[in-house]
Amino acid sequence: MNEDPDKCVAETSDEAAQTAARDGLTELHPNHVKILRIQAFMFAAPFVLGSLVLETARLMPTGVFILPVLLAALFLIIRVPLRRHHARGYAMSDDRLRVVRGLLFRSDTVVPFGRVQHIDVNQGPLERFYNLATLTLHTAGSHNASVHLPGILNQDALAMREIIRSHIKRETL
Amino acid sequence: MAAPAAPMDQAGPRRTSPLGFIAKGLQGLQRAILPMVAVAFGMRDESFGLLAALGLGLVIAAFAVGVRYLHWLRLTYTVGETDIRVESGLLSRAARSVPFERIQDVSLEQSLIPRLLGLVEVRFETGAGGKDELKLAYLTAAEGEELREVIRARKDGVELAARAETQASDEDAAEPAATRLYEMDTRRLVTFGLFEFSLAVVAVIGGALQQFGDFMPFNIWNVNEWQENFAGPFAWLMGMGPSVQAIGVVLALISLAVVGFGTGLVRTVLRDWGFTLDRTEKGFRRRRGLLTRTDVVMPAHRVQAVRINTGIIRKRFGWHGLSFVSLAQDSGASNHIVAPFAQMEELEPIVRSACFDTPPEDAGWQRGAVNYRLDKALLAAGVLVPASVITTVIAGPLLGILPIAGAAFIAMREAFLWRFERHCLTGRQLFIGSGWLAPELSIASRIKLQSVEISQNFIGRRRNYSTLQLGLAGGKMALRGIAPQRAYELRDAILASIAEKDFSELAG
Repeated sequence: MNEDPDKCVAETSDEAAQTAARDGLTELHPNHVKILRIQAFMFAAPFVLGSLVLETARLMPTGVFILPVLLAALFLIIRVPLRRHHARGYAMSDDRLRVVRGLLFRSDTVVPFGRVQHIDVNQGPLERFYNLATLTLHTAGSHNASVHLPGILNQDALAMREIIRSHIKRETL
Repeated sequence: MAAPAAPMDQAGPRRTSPLGFIAKGLQGLQRAILPMVAVAFGMRDESFGLLAALGLGLVIAAFAVGVRYLHWLRLTYTVGETDIRVESGLLSRAARSVPFERIQDVSLEQSLIPRLLGLVEVRFETGAGGKDELKLAYLTAAEGEELREVIRARKDGVELAARAETQASDEDAAEPAATRLYEMDTRRLVTFGLFEFSLAVVAVIGGALQQFGDFMPFNIWNVNEWQENFAGPFAWLMGMGPSVQAIGVVLALISLAVVGFGTGLVRTVLRDWGFTLDRTEKGFRRRRGLLTRTDVVMPAHRVQAVRINTGIIRKRFGWHGLSFVSLAQDSGASNHIVAPFAQMEELEPIVRSACFDTPPEDAGWQRGAVNYRLDKALLAAGVLVPASVITTVIAGPLLGILPIAGAAFIAMREAFLWRFERHCLTGRQLFIGSGWLAPELSIASRIKLQSVEISQNFIGRRRNYSTLQLGLAGGKMALRGIAPQRAYELRDAILASIAEKDFSELAG
């Protein structure tokens, strides 16, 4: 359905756009994959358990429920987080932050520092365990009112916040 | 009033107008009318039914006025050096502080009863929007005007030198020299009202009959009863034959049209009576309304984008509406309507005075991607053609044509949209023309955009089109179905403009 960004694409203009999209992006921290996998595991676990229960009820021949569910779960836990991780990235230049994300629905957002209203650095329990953080920039726009950048080291997030803050002439709120 | 003679900027808490709790009590009485009617209806067989209803009304009104009085006693506001503070609450206390620089706009609103008493509700609009807004109900009209002036002056860092003298009770006198940009005379208002054709009232009446049908002498939904009714006094009508019945249908349609035009006219006149737009040194001042008169001032630099829209029919006569997108909200809607019904050449000066330009003659308009429109038409066909097959099998070929017709209509629409939807980037602005039968033109200032996003779904990535989403304060703006290369081009150009100025410089 969707190709890898670095895979060769037939149309040259598309290829140009794709390289432009990948140009100079910083990858997220490798631990981010682990968090995505744990989240995928927590999503898949109930389905696996449910299929196990159906399996023990012996309604159908052995493996009809558990095999497809298990395969789907493995795909969801092993493959999808890796691809999602590789689809994400960010680039920080001296006056703007660019955040790229999404596999099926790809988005490429740029927030100029001059338009940032306030900044959050959030850590969930999983992120704290892996020493990661999510940086959130709030703008006054109705669309993209808050732009999230997950999966960066906590100290990096704090440093980025300081840099962006120093660009905001009058601290709002 | 706590201290009638003290100027507004003097420190110390102030109360709202004492007439305010009477106005609120009277509004409470409005709400008491329904229970009163209910009691009067429920006890209509008793001799004291009407008395009980009146008694109930009095109790409710007294209670309402009493509670309002206590609220009034406990509500104070303070105009400080950097913020306005409102403290309120009977049992629990609430204190809210809004810094002047966060206030986008101060508007005065008068509904019927407060207007009779010469009171205004002062609303402070901030970026937060909606229900979190601060409001003060009610101040006397002069106080409200003064408060607005004081806050404007504080916001602009202007010292309040000679302001005290100019403030007068007359609502027009407080505002210094203004140029009239737009006004609607009665003739224009009536024309506008006719274009606002609406059958909403028919639905409302239908709903009301459904709700309160029990109050009617007969059940209107029961066809048999109707026939019985007709059988008596209207039997002659039944016997007149099909030609007269056809006339009846025509008459019914005419009455429906009359109701539709009438509703549109009444609604428009109530809302836009005495519509005026002035350009003052503070910004744009709009006044309108017959029963509920509103008086809104939008600072010119707060205008983020302008929109020019029209309707299917009014477009043929060259009528357009103009609205501003700004951070502040206009009674729920994010757009401020500044000229609801005008010819293009009347709108141009208004657009220019908000520091925007209408598209230049030689504008380099660009169209969207063909693939985007093609895919949308194909997707619709992909759903509707099988639907047509199924319908043909179940309900015969006559009904089976309908989905095919739908698909053809959508294909035509997409072709038309590809032909006429266009955009153009000039040195200062971005123009986006969208829509089919009732096209809309959005004009955004490049430096007033907040963020730029390019998004592509999985089809768009294969078929080479994308959407450019623009972060606009107080509104939405997007350019759908354009080639990714064009999207990147636009983004680079817009970001270069944004980087030139900080947000705080925009506001100043």
